[in-house]
Amino acid sequence: MKQFDYVRPGTITEAVAAAAQPGAVYLAAGTNLLDLMKGGVSRPDRLVDVTHLEGLDQIETLADGSLRIGALVRNADLAHDADFARSYPAVAEALLSGASAQLRNAATVGGNLLQRTRCAYFYDTASRCNKREPGSGCDASDGENRGHAVLGWSESCIATHPSDFCVPLVALDAIVEIEGRTGRREIALDELHRLPGDAPERESVLEPGDLIVAVRLPPAARGFAAHARYLKVRERTSYAFAVVSAAAALRIENGRIAEARLALGGVAAKPWRARAAEDVLRNVAPTADAFQEAAWRALADAKPSGDNAFKIELARRIVVRALLLAAAGTPARLPALPASPFASTSGAIHA
Amino acid sequence: MNHSISLTVNGARRDFVLDDPRVTLLDLLRERLHLTGTKKGCDRGQCGACTILVDGKRINSCLALAISHDGADILTIEGIARGDQLHPVQAAFIAHDGFQCGFCTPGQIVSAIGMMREAQAGDDPERIRECMSGNLCRCGAYAGIVDAVLEAQAGMDETNQRRSA
Repeated sequence: MKQFDYVRPGTITEAVAAAAQPGAVYLAAGTNLLDLMKGGVSRPDRLVDVTHLEGLDQIETLADGSLRIGALVRNADLAHDADFARSYPAVAEALLSGASAQLRNAATVGGNLLQRTRCAYFYDTASRCNKREPGSGCDASDGENRGHAVLGWSESCIATHPSDFCVPLVALDAIVEIEGRTGRREIALDELHRLPGDAPERESVLEPGDLIVAVRLPPAARGFAAHARYLKVRERTSYAFAVVSAAAALRIENGRIAEARLALGGVAAKPWRARAAEDVLRNVAPTADAFQEAAWRALADAKPSGDNAFKIELARRIVVRALLLAAAGTPARLPALPASPFASTSGAIHA
Repeated sequence: MNHSISLTVNGARRDFVLDDPRVTLLDLLRERLHLTGTKKGCDRGQCGACTILVDGKRINSCLALAISHDGADILTIEGIARGDQLHPVQAAFIAHDGFQCGFCTPGQIVSAIGMMREAQAGDDPERIRECMSGNLCRCGAYAGIVDAVLEAQAGMDETNQRRSA
């Protein structure tokens, strides 16, 4: 690991100033960053440790019914918060389907949003990677790429964003609060991550020094609590990243879908909101046919980036199944294997 | 630049001067305190051999910078027995052959103690396997590990019930 300077700011303002310097990065739990630093993939000159900043580890309900989650809330603490799990069950299920218990105890909300891709060529410093070393090329494009993107990819990068948490969050219109050099601002989570285009090294719209201080779920996000699921296909049923995942949330009134939300994970460089699919589910009965049509729309623009055409069909089927499970109703208890299509208690049927 | 930190390790306060901020909690425990029960397996947060409790919660000590954990309360495998009296999880691992080579065992046991404190698994073996999935055992002693955890957990539930009765 390369030598670095360690800075522990006392205030958010100090943190932003310290992290705005070239070569500086924020340190929260470090579950992703330290791994990358040990491998020489990330080589920061300065770590700005935000874990001792006050006031960033609260979960609070605001007067308008929004929920505000501090950036330093640990993944496990959020998922196990009873009110949170009841109000946003797909988000809790996504959190508990990610990583291991040890990592969830450490990893933070802000860090989860900004975790880096798990593309093996990004991790391997002997490989060419436009994300790690702009202009060097992409060894994934003709390498082992069955896990790579099928939506929004470019010739320069076919990596995916690995977060589970972000998938239901983006479906529920989550908002990211950012403290920067010019003060506080907020953006939709859907606008935080960038598609690779010809600059895959720029993964988000954050500017130097920008610090995510909170994630907010708007009042309407609670309206989906009765019909919300997260489903995730992995190489093994626990402690693995998604091959494909889907968050489905429905608001059902008088037997018809008043509003649908759908997002996919493991398919693109960002959590993928499927708005065209949501549109066809407005004011229709929650039937398998309607969900098939939605799945078709969600993947209409998908194309293989390598040996991964199977992911497109897999994603369609996971979308249908997630919607069917959501329509059947959020289970009273989280399944023993969160988000697993193979869980004995998931009530899943084959699409 | 030197940095001073203090930790509580297995109940005792320890002060350190770090001349390098790269030291992980794992390396601090092993190299500075010679508490070598906490194992360095992958050193990348994948195997769980380095599991310790920090402020009561299990984490991977290989992915935690010591300097960032100033003031933390740490429990390692060396701190769980009472003198010669084994912790119930230790005794259960022996009773159920929850290990073969033993390398992953300290991490398994500390992780199991952390899991019981989290109180999410109940007595469902499937939940226990899921909640212990961050600890790999290359000898494949998983069946014994699940049995050991189930027994230790049942015993501790009884103890708690007697206490509260």
